[in-house]
Amino acid sequence: MQDKDELAQFRADIRAWLDQNCPQEMRDGAVGEDSICWGGKNWNFTSEAQKTWLDRCAAAGYTVPTWPQEYGGAGLNRDQEKIFHEEMGRINARRPLQSFGIWMLGPALLHFGTHEQKLHYLPPIARGEIRWCQGYSEPGAGSDLASLQTKCEDRGDHWLVNGQKIWTSYADKADWIFALVRTDREAPKHRGISFVLIDMEAEGVSTRPIRLISGASPFCETFFDDVKVPKSYGAGIPAQVGEVNRGWDVAKYLLTHEREMISGSAMLAGGARSLGAILAEGGNLDDPILRADAMRAEVDDLAFGLTLERYKDQSEAGQGTGDASAMLKYMGTELNKTRQELIMAGAGSDALDWADGRAPQWLRSKANSIEGGTSEVMLSILSRRVLGLPG
Amino acid sequence: MLADAARGFLDEAAPVGKLRAMRDAGQTHDPDLWQQMARMGWAGVLVPEEAGGADMGHAAANVLAGEMGRSLSVSPFLSTAVIAATALRQVADERAKTALASIAGGTRTYALAVDEGAKHDPEASQLRAERVGNGFRLTGGKRFVIDGGFADRLLVLARTDAGLTLFDIPADRAGIARSAQRMIDGRDAAQIAFHGVEATGDDVLGQVDGAMSVLVPALRAGQAALAAEMAGLAAGAFGITVEYLKERKQFGAPIGSFQALQHRAAHLWCECEVTASAILHAGRVLDESPGDAGLAVSLAKARATQTAQLAVQEGVQMHGGNGMTDAFDMGFYMKRARVGAEWLGDYGYHAGVVARLRGF
Repeated sequence: MQDKDELAQFRADIRAWLDQNCPQEMRDGAVGEDSICWGGKNWNFTSEAQKTWLDRCAAAGYTVPTWPQEYGGAGLNRDQEKIFHEEMGRINARRPLQSFGIWMLGPALLHFGTHEQKLHYLPPIARGEIRWCQGYSEPGAGSDLASLQTKCEDRGDHWLVNGQKIWTSYADKADWIFALVRTDREAPKHRGISFVLIDMEAEGVSTRPIRLISGASPFCETFFDDVKVPKSYGAGIPAQVGEVNRGWDVAKYLLTHEREMISGSAMLAGGARSLGAILAEGGNLDDPILRADAMRAEVDDLAFGLTLERYKDQSEAGQGTGDASAMLKYMGTELNKTRQELIMAGAGSDALDWADGRAPQWLRSKANSIEGGTSEVMLSILSRRVLGLPG
Repeated sequence: MLADAARGFLDEAAPVGKLRAMRDAGQTHDPDLWQQMARMGWAGVLVPEEAGGADMGHAAANVLAGEMGRSLSVSPFLSTAVIAATALRQVADERAKTALASIAGGTRTYALAVDEGAKHDPEASQLRAERVGNGFRLTGGKRFVIDGGFADRLLVLARTDAGLTLFDIPADRAGIARSAQRMIDGRDAAQIAFHGVEATGDDVLGQVDGAMSVLVPALRAGQAALAAEMAGLAAGAFGITVEYLKERKQFGAPIGSFQALQHRAAHLWCECEVTASAILHAGRVLDESPGDAGLAVSLAKARATQTAQLAVQEGVQMHGGNGMTDAFDMGFYMKRARVGAEWLGDYGYHAGVVARLRGF
């Protein structure tokens, strides 16, 4: 905790910086898919302002405000981070950069990576130069993720990777992938997994998009056919994060961040606006059953929003909420599904035309309680690790 | 810190077993316990220091209420230390200061007499305070007056010529007839008839026809503390249930190893956590900007009502036949949750407030 004067000064500094550096076009509060800057080697900026905003934020460490300065962040603590986001919100600033590098790989590297790995990978993530994707699930390894079979064989100076990943979001647009692979086929399933970093341009890597019930999607299948992965990308930069065969620890840690990310984005998808206001636009709040259901959902959504804040406040800046992330993920995604159902019910037949746009969101929300661990897996985690119920 | 200290005291002095013993003895109030609480500063938790209170604020009062809910302690804490103290604090005169000092000292208890129907609805009060000379004459009835059977004084909401007026009168004044109700949760409550009860201008708390400026803050404080109590109750019922899941064996295994029960227990824990956030938030807003606390308080009471009811229903079901027996404590939790659900506004009442404030 810093004293009030220091934080007030910090707020004034941030406000002045934003005032000078945030382009007007980036102050429209847009959060939709079309407005996101994902970065990466092949990124096409949608406007000059988007590029300017990213470059200025990156130079100040504000794309990853809580990361240490030497790795491209601004080194903010939790109080400062809150102020930063409040001031961003005050001028409706867009987020300068979003990526799986920021949300998932970065925290894992900060926790498990060597100093050289951090220096090598984190600054390009912070600057939006390298775009990452996640290779976790396989066709035969969903909820039972640790049964994954993608083969990673030791060939002396390199690893040879063969296998298939599924649900690799944006694999077709990513520059690199962080993937779970099996490096020991004899060991118990959790003890033969490694967390390796692979260049998507490596020979033998290919991707194929997946069409969802909601239409086109960022999800892909990713195939590895005799992909040669160097054992080292430089001094102190092994291909894997953490030790070989100890990738499951990294995987689990990263999953807690992924779950927080999903619970947070489930809130963003609609939690900020009153459900009553949304339904009132459609004029269907007169239906007493819909109205009662919406009132219940509103109560729950508001209380859940407070819960997200409370858990973030409890955790250190940039650190995860640990096992409790399973609660945030479970509740956030289930509430978002309820919300989407109510929005569809409120809109009636107006929302049934694809062009209306609400149906894809409603359908997509069904994946929330599956991706990153199903609701049922979350409940099992909680019952074992938080409640201490017997296996 | 405060929670740990409170829990230590309550586990010793006022556990569920105490409530059971009181019920078996037909006793609804324990003056000795209240004196002990007063000595620890709990009676004066919201009383200013200059009136001899601890002035710890609503967040702290909610912590205490939560611990009392966890152990189902019986005391006039909500009626007296939270609701009456908050009402009296809205009035800056010597009489109110004296009353606050008596609350903090544990020498005066209060009950809030607002409701007349089966549902909380202060605005619908019909009890009449008729102008007679310089004073008033109160005629009508109040129901579901928690702690009304033993309280020294009553805060009575009455209809006057141009609105509602709140009176602060001794409970033994001529014309007041109290009939104790035998409540399902074993706590004190009364129906109170007012047969031409004389009151003076001095008995009015706040302004004539202006009850709400005093009553609304008092109700919000009470609703938040009641929500905290119910959240504590839910946590207490949940804790007992999880222990039972670990101990009880069927089919040769602890029943807590069965996924059907694990998932229900985990879901209940999630609901308790989300409700806890709403309780903390309500305490914070009441302390920092009480004028804007309507949404936060109703959110807390709605969530706490829902969670407490889920916790006790799951508690009985997961205890199986044992949960239905009087010998197990879960029934006490279930009955307290039902009374708490109705007091100071039920789920629908508070969800309605949330909806109105959120633009429904």
